Amino acid sequence: MTTDKYDAIVVGAGHNGLVCAALLAKAGKRVLVLEANDQVGGAAVTRPFADGYSTSACAHLLYQLQPAVRKDLGLKPALARDELATIALAESGEHVRLDGNSVSGVSDEDAAEYRAFRKRVNRYADLLETYLNMAPPRLGTKDKRDLVTLARLGFDIRRLGKTEMREFLRIIGMNIFDEVVERFDSGLLKGAISLDAVLGTHLGPRSPNTMLTYLYRLAGGHGRMAIAAGGLGAVSDELAHVARGAGVTIRTGMPVRRIVVENGRVAGVETEDGTRFSSFTVISNADPKRTILDLVGARHFETGFARRATHLRAKGNAAKLHLALDALPEFRDLSKKELGQRLVIAPDENYVERAFNPAKYGETSPAPVVEITIPSLADDTLAPTGKHVLSAVVQYAPHALREGWSDGTKAAFEQTVIETIARYAPGLGKLIIGSELLTPADIEREFHITGGHWHHAELTLDQFLFVRPLNGAAQYALPLDGLYLCGAGSHPGGGVSGAPGRNAARAILARGIE
Amino acid sequence: MRTYDAIVVGAGHNGLTTAAFLARAGLDVVCVEKNDYIGGAAVSRNLYKDWIYSNCSYVCSLLRPEIFRELELHRHGLQVTPYGGSVTFMQNGDYFGSYHDDEVMYREMCRFSRHDADAYKAYSADTMRQCRFIREFLLSTAPDPTSFKPSDIRELMKIGGKFLEMSEDRMYETIRFWTMSVAEYLDEYYETDVIKAAFSGSGIIGTALGIHSPGTAYVLLHHYMGEVDGNVGSWGYARGGMGAVSKAIAGAFQAAGGELRTEAGVDQIIVKNGKVTGVALENGEEIRGNLVVSAMDVKRTFLNCMQESDLPSDFYRRVKNFKIRGSSGKLNIALDGLPTFTALPKGSPLIHSDMHFIDSMERMERAYDDWKDGTWSKDPYVDMVIPTLNDPTMAPPGKHFMSCFVQYCPHQIEGRRWTDAEREAFGKTVIDQIANYSPDFKDLILHAEIRTPQDIEDQIGITEGNIFHGELTMDQLLFNRPVPGYAQYRGPVAGLYLCGSSNHPGGGVMAAPGANAAREILADLKRPNTVPENFGDD
Amino acid sequence: MNPTQVAQGRLHTPFHSRIAALDTLNNWHTWKGYTTPDALYCADLEYFAIRNATAVFDLTPMTKYRITGPDAEAYVNRLVTRDMTKIRPGRVAYAVWCDDAGQVLDDGTIFHLRPGEYRLCSQERHFAWLTAATIGFDVTVKHETADVAALAVQGPTSFSVLKAMGYPELGELKPFGLAHVDFQGAELMVSRTGYTGDLGYELWIEPGKAEALWDALFEAGRLYGIRAIGTEALEHARIEAGFLAAYHEFLPADETIRTGRSRSPLELGLEWTVDFKKPVFNGRRALAEEAKRGSTWRLVKLDIEGNKPAHNSYIFAKPKNNREAIGFITSAAWSPVCKQNIALGTVRTPHGKPGDTVWVEIYYQREMHWSRKMARATVVDKPFWFPERRGATPPGPY
Repeated sequence: MTTDKYDAIVVGAGHNGLVCAALLAKAGKRVLVLEANDQVGGAAVTRPFADGYSTSACAHLLYQLQPAVRKDLGLKPALARDELATIALAESGEHVRLDGNSVSGVSDEDAAEYRAFRKRVNRYADLLETYLNMAPPRLGTKDKRDLVTLARLGFDIRRLGKTEMREFLRIIGMNIFDEVVERFDSGLLKGAISLDAVLGTHLGPRSPNTMLTYLYRLAGGHGRMAIAAGGLGAVSDELAHVARGAGVTIRTGMPVRRIVVENGRVAGVETEDGTRFSSFTVISNADPKRTILDLVGARHFETGFARRATHLRAKGNAAKLHLALDALPEFRDLSKKELGQRLVIAPDENYVERAFNPAKYGETSPAPVVEITIPSLADDTLAPTGKHVLSAVVQYAPHALREGWSDGTKAAFEQTVIETIARYAPGLGKLIIGSELLTPADIEREFHITGGHWHHAELTLDQFLFVRPLNGAAQYALPLDGLYLCGAGSHPGGGVSGAPGRNAARAILARGIE
Repeated sequence: MRTYDAIVVGAGHNGLTTAAFLARAGLDVVCVEKNDYIGGAAVSRNLYKDWIYSNCSYVCSLLRPEIFRELELHRHGLQVTPYGGSVTFMQNGDYFGSYHDDEVMYREMCRFSRHDADAYKAYSADTMRQCRFIREFLLSTAPDPTSFKPSDIRELMKIGGKFLEMSEDRMYETIRFWTMSVAEYLDEYYETDVIKAAFSGSGIIGTALGIHSPGTAYVLLHHYMGEVDGNVGSWGYARGGMGAVSKAIAGAFQAAGGELRTEAGVDQIIVKNGKVTGVALENGEEIRGNLVVSAMDVKRTFLNCMQESDLPSDFYRRVKNFKIRGSSGKLNIALDGLPTFTALPKGSPLIHSDMHFIDSMERMERAYDDWKDGTWSKDPYVDMVIPTLNDPTMAPPGKHFMSCFVQYCPHQIEGRRWTDAEREAFGKTVIDQIANYSPDFKDLILHAEIRTPQDIEDQIGITEGNIFHGELTMDQLLFNRPVPGYAQYRGPVAGLYLCGSSNHPGGGVMAAPGANAAREILADLKRPNTVPENFGDD
Repeated sequence: MNPTQVAQGRLHTPFHSRIAALDTLNNWHTWKGYTTPDALYCADLEYFAIRNATAVFDLTPMTKYRITGPDAEAYVNRLVTRDMTKIRPGRVAYAVWCDDAGQVLDDGTIFHLRPGEYRLCSQERHFAWLTAATIGFDVTVKHETADVAALAVQGPTSFSVLKAMGYPELGELKPFGLAHVDFQGAELMVSRTGYTGDLGYELWIEPGKAEALWDALFEAGRLYGIRAIGTEALEHARIEAGFLAAYHEFLPADETIRTGRSRSPLELGLEWTVDFKKPVFNGRRALAEEAKRGSTWRLVKLDIEGNKPAHNSYIFAKPKNNREAIGFITSAAWSPVCKQNIALGTVRTPHGKPGDTVWVEIYYQREMHWSRKMARATVVDKPFWFPERRGATPPGPY
């Protein structure tokens, strides 16, 4: 069965797919988006997990949506709470509070140092932001645009001034561990910053280049966090609304079985039910491994490229725990107002590193790091009145658990996490009336992300910028005519930023659609 | 009172190299050394009867041939003989050997995986390509990317040019290589755990990083870029132990009229009116010099031997934060005879090779986890050689000297000094590791010197006993080494220079930092250059 | 576990006992770990066995892979630059395979043994690459170098020898054809292929029957001048035939360290093996770009004046006042059958078009005296030696 032809088909209605589709439609293209799940949004969805309770399923905070994306699409996501502070929990109750560029609960020296630190990293993040919002230039080509971009990059770095340029070139490959140990005394402060640098990655704070992942988090908003009203699904819904308004056709519940290749170029897609949609441009919001190896098939690429795709690293470590609570939990020495902030369990930098150790061997952390939000405090649509939802990102829970993920291993890890949180919130256990643990393996299955990895492909320097996700595919076009990537696996990476989707749309329009 | 043209602090191989080149340019140079022997970490020590220990560095391949030739080190007694191969003993009783002969190596790898045996070819070529890229910059000063000086721009263009002459794909591969971990790099070529484990050791030797830490692929290079007679990546012994290297360079220095003073530890580098004027020795004596060149690591130079008030505050802070981490220990053992290894067939050439005892990537990484927890690896990576199989001068006939380099071993135990009991326990861990594969080994031990990084620091003076005088991470390489803005061998005070391994291109018995420093000093003095250029490669 | 040790020295092929028995020179070298003769009694005379009678060369050390599975055809078709769907079962194809950059990894012959079954035969080993190429294909690649003993039987009387062995039906075998026949209860594969540019066959059999095959062959060939030969004679013949050799005309691209030292098939005169009509094959995108942009190098066959072989010579555009060389010789020989001074070389485009004249700088020594000669050379586009008998089916008695 064949239906009519589109200028472009986007595989997957994740937020990047929607951004890309909307921008193409705004440029007058006829675009179809096919989504496997019944909801749009990919990993940015709000869905029920217990009777009467729902929450943002994967991503649960909005902090990276790029200003350029907001502007181009006129997005104004409704926020239930903006400018969240981070509270680094102490068992003693002497918590440390990080709020924008200031920190309290630490020594004056630490507080002053933190301000200086933030000033500097925000400056680098601003530099980074420019380059996150454009396709990376190709190296070694004679193309004028690439050369101009490269020259500009060099110039922008030089423009930082001698001292700052030196510092930038020094720290870009550094690890966050050394940076925080050099600067701060407070374990909680060091732990909280370390956690920010490693969330969503297969890295520990001692791993070189975690400074980059930290800067990445700050680019385009300096890490300002918000809870979206209605969960992150509402942001996706808004995106879908904008896309439809621009003329995009979105069809959910239509898993794509394969991307059709004919005569050495893409010719459309075929869904699981056998429907064929034709287009000479197919843009995959799926992760690069899935796109290249499964949806298209390695045989349609050259061997070196296919081999590189198999080497792409995407080992997810972030699990998601959702608790349906009978009442608001009590955290030691935290007011109700503070409970609405972002709470993190990362007592110090060594704790975070130790949590990472077992992940290297396919084991879960016995003492995990946790990022907690209670979104129901700000948004009463998520739980019955008086009840609450606790949403937590938990590391490390390796995708390829050595013992294998089973009901047993999941229950054991869930227990570990609940006990970890309960150390700061005694009595939590008694409030739990329902729960959902999404391991990376679950995320892979339910959201079709290889390895269940936040970034679709590990965010390390060897998979960054010119080489993200891999050589020969860093400018969104794959080495197969008509095929593009627009998801988190492409430059610049994951998070609800919209940058890959926007960059891809611009790159595709610049090349022209057949 | 006599005023020297230059005072070199520390008679390690780099200090001696700088001293030799300066003396050959006609300067009046004195080199002062705190110990009663010269050589720093390149020494031959007679610590037990008739045995000679290379008790710190133990193999020689990085020593730049340009320097060897220019200083005519063969005339001063240095002879480097190559040795080949390595072996990794496995817990199942088998072993994986690396043989000198390509075909034998191929057959050996085929025992484990034909895929890996064939992948070795591309792996070698790809790694060698990166070696060639970096090798040309060893004997030159790292350019300052923030500078507009013609020499910096010229050098930057040279690096850029080398990079740009590659094909697009190879440029990307180069970027990836420089940023990835040795484990990931090896994963791209090999499927066999023991083969990866065997090759990964070179990615972590001397560093406080694990095989999974990004950036360790570069460290691999640091160990591969050595050469003996043009065979890049091959290793050799200095006849008579590593002290022969220092002795030969010292010979060249003295032949050029230089003055060597041992038992002359420097207490302070004296600064007057923003300029160095000499050094004060620990015995109270003062030596005057127009220049002071420190071969000590940067931390020792600036934090121990200078006044904070003489230094720019930002510089001082940077030095304080410079990462020099003790991560390796050493056992030097006198043997009554040659130990046998259960896995090795009689007559195996592998007895002459580097021996290792970790057969999986997980064990490699777990060894690092122990270090992070502030203790030595309970299942350590040991790089063990028996130099006396090649060099008859180091032990009585039939007896042997064994050198064990051990990773990981922290500078301190959980943040405090080692106790004697802990040192003994560390030694026992290593001996047990070897004895697991050699039943007669323990009975052959006549004497063992156990050196923790703390001991190396105490005895030689290297901060934390780090063999590279500073971690080889990207934030401490090239123009970032040792401190951004001071990567060209000049200190922050007029007349003060640095020539040790804390500087580009880093540690190993390479002598390149020493030579590069001499070149910069002579340029500042407007003296003719005596330092050789890179041999170059087409 | 018992200590094991891989063989430390050269291996023997299954024919070694027979070759050693005929050897008079004790002049051997290593070929992929095997002992192989440079020459057995006289390289010059061995060469004439190829051109005048029948020469037997042991090619067991050639690397061989067996490719099987439902996707075998699709797999080899994506692997090499040629259209392999045109090579039916029972046919053999000369092919080159490239990396993604369109640079030659190696050349070799691919035997379509049966439907869904191929043998790839090459100078170098490629298991890692061939394995990587299986990603996405239902196909198995097996290394079988030591599982197959192989002989090249080459020369004008080679068919007569095989006929005398009892295989007259091989007369119907066309060039690049293959047939399976019975030899003492074992399957003997015969292909009409070779590396000499003459009438000839290659014989493939299980190692256990190797000596018996040798004996039967030499018994049958007694009256047809059969002789065993070494590598030197073969090397002469392959230059006359204009065939490429790895490490001479090109380097396997995955082994080159320096930029620009590898070659594309377009730079090796192998345009005819590159089929851009195939939607995908390794190197296609890069080669299409090269075809559009132009190549850097060109392989040339040179007919050089005089009789001094131009080993390792530079090639120049003019006889004098050259600023720099335009290329260099990769293989050179005096051809006894053509009485020509021949060579293969690589030159920068646009130089080296067929019919062009170039100049070759030859150094030669006579009794402690070195001379230098600028020799005129003509670029030719046909092999130096291409006798009619090479293609005749059925072959004549010659």
